[in-house]
Amino acid sequence: MYPFTYHRPDSLGSAAALAGSADAKILAGGMTLLPTMKQRLAAPTSLVDLNSLSDLAGISVAGGKVTIGAMTRHADVAASEEVRKAIPALADLAGWIGDPMVRHRGTIGGSVANNDPAADYPAACLALGATIVTNMREIAADDFFTGLFDTALEEGEILTGIVFPIPAKAAYQKFRNPASRYAIVGVFVAQSAAGVRVTVTGAGENGVFRVASFEEALAKDFSAKAIEGIVVPAEGLNSDIHADAVYRANLINVMARRAVEAAR
Amino acid sequence: MSATGIGASVRRKEDFRFITGKGQYTDDVNRYGQAHAAFLRSPHAHADILRIDTAAALAMPGVVAIFTGDDLAADKIGGLICGWMIHSKDGEPMKAGSHPALAQGKVRYVGDHVAVVIADTLDQARDALEKINVEYAVLPANVATANATQPGAPVVHEVAPDNAVYRWAIGDEGATQAAFAKAAHVTKIDLVNNRLIPNPMEPRAAVGDYDSGNDAFTLYTTSQNPHVARLVLSAFIGIAPEHKLRVIAPDVGGGFGSKIFIYAEETVCVWAAKKVGRPVKWTSDRTEAFLSDAHGRDHVTHAEMALDAAGRILGLRVHTTANLGAYLSTFSSAVPTYLYAPLLSGQYAIPAIYCEVDGVYTNTAPVDAYRGAGRPEATFVIERLMEIAARETGQDPAAFRSKNFVTSFPHQTPVIMCYDAGDYPASLAKALDMADYANVPARKAESARKGLLRGVGISAYIEACGIAPSAAVGSLGAGVGLWESAEVRVNPVGTVEILTGSHSHGQGHETTFAQLVSERLGISIDNVSIIHGDTDKVQMGMGTYGSRSGAVGMSALSKALDKIETKAKKVAGFVLEASAEDIDFKDGKFSVRGTDKEIDFASVALQAYIAHKFNGQDLEPGLKESAFWDPTNFTFPAGVHICELEIDPATGVTRIDRWTAVDDFGVVINPMIVEGQVHGGIAQGVGQALHEGAVYDASGQLVTASYMDYSMPRASDLPAYQVGMTQTRCPSNPLGIKGCGEAGAIAAPPAVMNAITDAIGHEDIAMPATPLAVWRAIQKGAQRAAAE
Amino acid sequence: MATVSMTVNGKLVSRDIDPRTLLAQFLREELRLTGTHVGCDTTQCGCCTVHVDGKAMKSCTLLALGVDGSHITTIEGLAHGQELHPMQAAFRDHHGLQCGFCTPGMIMTAVDMVNRKGTNLDDQTIREELEGNICRCTGYHNIVKAVHYGAEAMAGTTKAAAE
Ligand SMILES: Cc1cc2nc3c(=O)[nH]c(=O)nc-3n(C[C@H](O)[C@H](O)[C@H](O)COP(=O)(O)OP(=O)(O)OC[C@H]3O[C@@H](n4cnc5c(N)ncnc54)[C@H](O)[C@@H]3O)c2cc1C
Ligand code: FES
Ligand code: FES
Repeated sequence: MYPFTYHRPDSLGSAAALAGSADAKILAGGMTLLPTMKQRLAAPTSLVDLNSLSDLAGISVAGGKVTIGAMTRHADVAASEEVRKAIPALADLAGWIGDPMVRHRGTIGGSVANNDPAADYPAACLALGATIVTNMREIAADDFFTGLFDTALEEGEILTGIVFPIPAKAAYQKFRNPASRYAIVGVFVAQSAAGVRVTVTGAGENGVFRVASFEEALAKDFSAKAIEGIVVPAEGLNSDIHADAVYRANLINVMARRAVEAAR
Repeated sequence: MSATGIGASVRRKEDFRFITGKGQYTDDVNRYGQAHAAFLRSPHAHADILRIDTAAALAMPGVVAIFTGDDLAADKIGGLICGWMIHSKDGEPMKAGSHPALAQGKVRYVGDHVAVVIADTLDQARDALEKINVEYAVLPANVATANATQPGAPVVHEVAPDNAVYRWAIGDEGATQAAFAKAAHVTKIDLVNNRLIPNPMEPRAAVGDYDSGNDAFTLYTTSQNPHVARLVLSAFIGIAPEHKLRVIAPDVGGGFGSKIFIYAEETVCVWAAKKVGRPVKWTSDRTEAFLSDAHGRDHVTHAEMALDAAGRILGLRVHTTANLGAYLSTFSSAVPTYLYAPLLSGQYAIPAIYCEVDGVYTNTAPVDAYRGAGRPEATFVIERLMEIAARETGQDPAAFRSKNFVTSFPHQTPVIMCYDAGDYPASLAKALDMADYANVPARKAESARKGLLRGVGISAYIEACGIAPSAAVGSLGAGVGLWESAEVRVNPVGTVEILTGSHSHGQGHETTFAQLVSERLGISIDNVSIIHGDTDKVQMGMGTYGSRSGAVGMSALSKALDKIETKAKKVAGFVLEASAEDIDFKDGKFSVRGTDKEIDFASVALQAYIAHKFNGQDLEPGLKESAFWDPTNFTFPAGVHICELEIDPATGVTRIDRWTAVDDFGVVINPMIVEGQVHGGIAQGVGQALHEGAVYDASGQLVTASYMDYSMPRASDLPAYQVGMTQTRCPSNPLGIKGCGEAGAIAAPPAVMNAITDAIGHEDIAMPATPLAVWRAIQKGAQRAAAE
Repeated sequence: MATVSMTVNGKLVSRDIDPRTLLAQFLREELRLTGTHVGCDTTQCGCCTVHVDGKAMKSCTLLALGVDGSHITTIEGLAHGQELHPMQAAFRDHHGLQCGFCTPGMIMTAVDMVNRKGTNLDDQTIREELEGNICRCTGYHNIVKAVHYGAEAMAGTTKAAAE
């Protein structure tokens, strides 16, 4: 690691002030940021640790919405009875992130703010039509994920929470990378009054994306059969030693069908 | 059998310190005033070094010194060595390129050592590394094993202009040709034995210390064989004469071969300790481990098997290209030659075998022994051939193997080895029974109903262990003898210290060696301590690898215990006023035959040291003996593993449903520990077959340089194992032990691949059979079926 | 330099440290609690697992300053003198370790697993819950067994105890 100064503010206001300075980085669970810094791939000159902002952690369900604070740990989402009742797919997804130790520390805010192209939460945000809340504004998930590791967040803007509308039915299916255990392909399927959404993480060159052909077919007939014959083009999908684009295209179809079957 | 003697599943004595966090690994060692080393590594696979500018780095805070290859050369520090001379079939000696610990003029793989920074703290050393300016002239890289010797391939070492280290052969070419000429059927395969990165969980580490008052060095290092490290560092590299160099390998967190070798980092740390006048510590991070630990395997092979009309094997011919990487590591030359081809006969009577091996240089990390070393490669060749030949000739794979088993002993193969004992049909029968082989068809049908593909694969392996008879390996080019030593020190109160040249890095020697002592001397294992891993304490030893600690190390101990018994009988006779010949020793008691006079072991020990009346007798005081044991033959553990698995054709995911292992390890000291060795070996073998593979890109960058890309088997990737045993005694050592450390890693890969190819219905898939590879193979099979 | 204080294995400790100091480094180098091991750079191997305020976490990926004020338990804090924690005893009794390098992390994860999932653990749950701990020696078979019996022992419901 390169040297940095460390701050642990106890109010959102002071956190925002500190995070606004040049080369400052917000530290949430650190499960992404610290490994990157250890490998000297990131060199923030100051770290603003949000771990004292207890107001940013917590889960509430009301008015057809699940609201999760940015500093809520993956383990707490996975273990939450309320989340499991409202959106079981979301609890499942959280429970499949990394491993128990990573889930004890990693946060939903960190995951969404980081927008790793193989991360799980972005698929849920986009499929469920979530709203990303920051210390400055609210941003629709549709406008939030702007590219690889890129989001609509401004420099120093702090993500404070995420609001998920409760769907009629949803499921997440993840095909893990055999080495990293991140998603090679993760498919989130959600059916709600607004229609059907199918999102894919892990596969897209620009991160999470929706599959219009599946959505149309499933809107007419919400069954695995309805999408069985629909081929997702391999163009634009990632290729690496674990999965080439053609294989990923296949997995998108398989995982989507399994998600439709599992949706509840 | 006593409760803690041979054959008892005694709980391990060493565990208390490990489960309470009190193990002492090299990185836990801190010397007063120590500085930290960080190595600058080549970012290029192949480049000339034009200039190294360290001025800016030297000015960084905390920097104590920076050294390059020139500094080592100026101090006449020699290069790293390869200790086994292989001759090509034309008689030429192998072409060993020079291997400086820090590069001189050229770098030959990504991770090659360019310079070392020594600083007060590790962070400071790493900060300074970034300020060293190296000007490289990048050269084209030679990466792919199969193409390494092609005309025009970039030359890795001038001494080997075609990149061939050697072109070696074994067996009778004419006889083999004749066998093929009369064959009714020939089975042919092309195989890749994938490149692996050993990955013991403890990364390598070294602490070098120099005592100027005595002009003596101490090196703490993660070694499987500290005496060999001292020998090489002193006699070949020239750090210091042996009596001025102490090498300590404390608790070592796994080795699997990768900690046999003498590497650049420990060489530099111990040398630099004198240069900077402070202890120097280095601990590898995982990325460095991926880049610079010696890798394993990496063969490209074409093999053919000739059968007669009755399905008996007539002959085998094999051509292998073995990637040895950018430099010859300590034992690398022997691995794809003498540790490989002599095992190609498998468990079968094969009249004629001929095998050619081209060892090649590439711009990749050095390749050397990894758990099994050569023997997994041989087993993979023969057991894939057996399976395919059975399929091609319409025979049941188990029956086909049975038909060709060696059944009388000793059996001389056409490739050096003389198998001394075994019962191959017994292991096969037991394994088939445990695996419920008879009901495989029913289970296949059940899987098919669920839309899954089920396959079953057999692997009947043999290995040559107990490495090794010194005369035999000497005649084959080894630079050292491979005996082992032991010393037994009996204290006046009757407790015992055993000093052994074997080294435990997970094998449990502190327990098993104590069990042998307990059995022989009739004392509790709590009264025995095992001392190893320190060249100042243990006189000499060759270390632990090649499943040799039981067969060779414990044989040395057994021999030393014989001497203890002889001497103790003399003492007992003296005390009991009888002749030593009339003394019996049983259950820890010495008695005069035909009388009720007896004395226990502890009292004899005490008398041996009191010695008040020994004067004038033919009796020296004390009770301490040592022995060297040099085996007369290799040992030949063998067995049968059966893998049964299910594949999801939609995703290519393989799930191992059942694993059956039946092994003949000869006499077993501690079944619990032996089963643990089998489990671990299987996991590494399954890892090779399904998960692991080192990938270099065309420019020589290691793509799989962390656990993010190199897939290490996790608990959820592996099944529970069913382990059974059969037993034939090993006739060539006093204890009848054959060795068990490598069996699983040797047996498993062909078992898995035979099962996968059974499930998918064709042979066209390579290791690792990742979900991607399996899915592609299934697509290929479907396309082929459609085309037919 | 910055000051950090925390309770480690029941003892309050306080040190001036470089802010870059990771918890694993702090434990190993400042407190000489070398039972916590470091086996990777990518937060995947679990050799460094400790409990932070009762939850298993990877100490290689926590800043020491980030857990200022917390209660930390390391492998050294599990036994009471010679009296082993039931999970430690189970690892020994079922040969759940060979080289011992992954073992402290395995045991800390296993205890956390029982804290969350109860004392009656089936093999599949155990294997899934060991996702963040890599062992190269044992092939996991005996680790799974050890965790199973260690969990039972933590409930005091082992056969031996019942008899
Ligand atoms: C071994 C391992 C396995 C993993 N497996 C998976 C997996 O399977 N699936 C998966 O999705 N993820 C996985 N992860 C990543 C994990 O989910 C991380 O927790 C997550 O990506 C980042 O969350 P964090 O709280 O740790 O954020 P940090 O690492 O602290 O921060 C990540 C980034 O987000 C920024 N940030 C954090 N919080 C905020 C905020 N509130 N407002 C604005 N910016 C913020 C930071 O500045 C930083 O740039 C894995 C991680 C590890 C170590
Ligand atoms: S050292 Fe912490 S996870 Fe590997
Ligand atoms: S016991 Fe060696 S890594 Fe697990």
